[in-house]
Amino acid sequence: MNDDVRTLTAELARDPGSLVFLDLAEVLRRRGQLDAALTVAASGLARYPALADAHALHARILAERGDGDGAFDGWMNALQLEPSHQAAHRGLGFLYYRAGDLGRALRHLEFAAQAAPEDAGLRAAIERVRAAAVPAPEPPAHPGDEAVSPEPAAPAERGVLPTSRAIPFAIDAESGTSSDSELFAGLDGARDGLLLLDQHGLRLGGALRDEDGADVSDAVAAHLAGVSREAARAARLLGLGAWQSLGIECEYGNAHLVAPTADTVLLTVRDVAVPAGRLGLVAERAAQAARRWLERVA
Amino acid sequence: MSGAEHALRRISAVRGVRGAMLVSAPDGLVVSESSMEDVDGRAIAALAASLAGRLRRAAGGAGLGRPTVIQLRGETGTLLAVPAGEELLVVAVGDRETNLGLARLELLEAARGIA
Repeated sequence: MNDDVRTLTAELARDPGSLVFLDLAEVLRRRGQLDAALTVAASGLARYPALADAHALHARILAERGDGDGAFDGWMNALQLEPSHQAAHRGLGFLYYRAGDLGRALRHLEFAAQAAPEDAGLRAAIERVRAAAVPAPEPPAHPGDEAVSPEPAAPAERGVLPTSRAIPFAIDAESGTSSDSELFAGLDGARDGLLLLDQHGLRLGGALRDEDGADVSDAVAAHLAGVSREAARAARLLGLGAWQSLGIECEYGNAHLVAPTADTVLLTVRDVAVPAGRLGLVAERAAQAARRWLERVA
Repeated sequence: MSGAEHALRRISAVRGVRGAMLVSAPDGLVVSESSMEDVDGRAIAALAASLAGRLRRAAGGAGLGRPTVIQLRGETGTLLAVPAGEELLVVAVGDRETNLGLARLELLEAARGIA
């Protein structure tokens, strides 16, 4: 693989205008060298802004770096240029699934499957999304059974985004499994106002509900993918030191983000009547609980 | 002096505030700024706009409505951002000694005047 990188790098150096950047970025991505892959892909994209493959590859690298918003934009750009782009449909299907929009997820995955009917992994992903779209069956007899991620198999296997299989406790708080229910035990808002997620926007525990009582945890988590990195980068570049918290006062409620650990983010949401300062104290208590829980389940 | 410049000066006069600026929210460009000390105003504008956009989407998804105040707190200082209408952000950067309560009020007042 090193030889591949060397060869492709040399080829690109000889002919910077060639399309070999696609191969080089893909090899680097598969090796997990995401920063280098992103640099190569972004450079190529700047040279070929009308190339759907370049947008799609760039998007996939962004997705693997946890930048769901950037990935979404990239795949949408690819579809504008090439409406039947298979990888873009596949990527968007996965993002919509993570955001809880199963209808759109299914449409994109089915479109991707039309272009790759032999792809068993993609078919399996479609089945899982379809299964997730129907009402949940009776709770499993064994609590441990619930610790199976509802992730669509194919996108995860293909590495579109990091899979939550690596996080066996990424489960629905509503199901009340033992480890998840312990996460914020005793804290106000444990079931509807505290949400712990990883840096890729995957829910680790807790839950968030909107004013109608609908579970919006996954959608909000997806929006917050990479927020800790962005906050850290902003704080560093502005000379503010390491970031400690993000407070967001809104029209109908207040939110507070902290990082219990380097790889996790905790969102605390309360009614607008709870002052921002007090919300910070609530969030810090919840962060301590999250740290204890993470140490237990790790 | 325009109303926006006057408002930015008032924010900058708060204890601990290193500077204030008006930012175009969609593209993260500086519209107007007041005495930014030791910090690249363009970087502040771009970072604040990017962060505000991401948090706006997240807040919308959570049913919280639009953000009215955003506060990024670091070990040695704080970034405050307040949307002024759809297109603008009033942004201030302060050190550890900043009177955040007063700065917040001044930003909200400035945003009301500008929007």
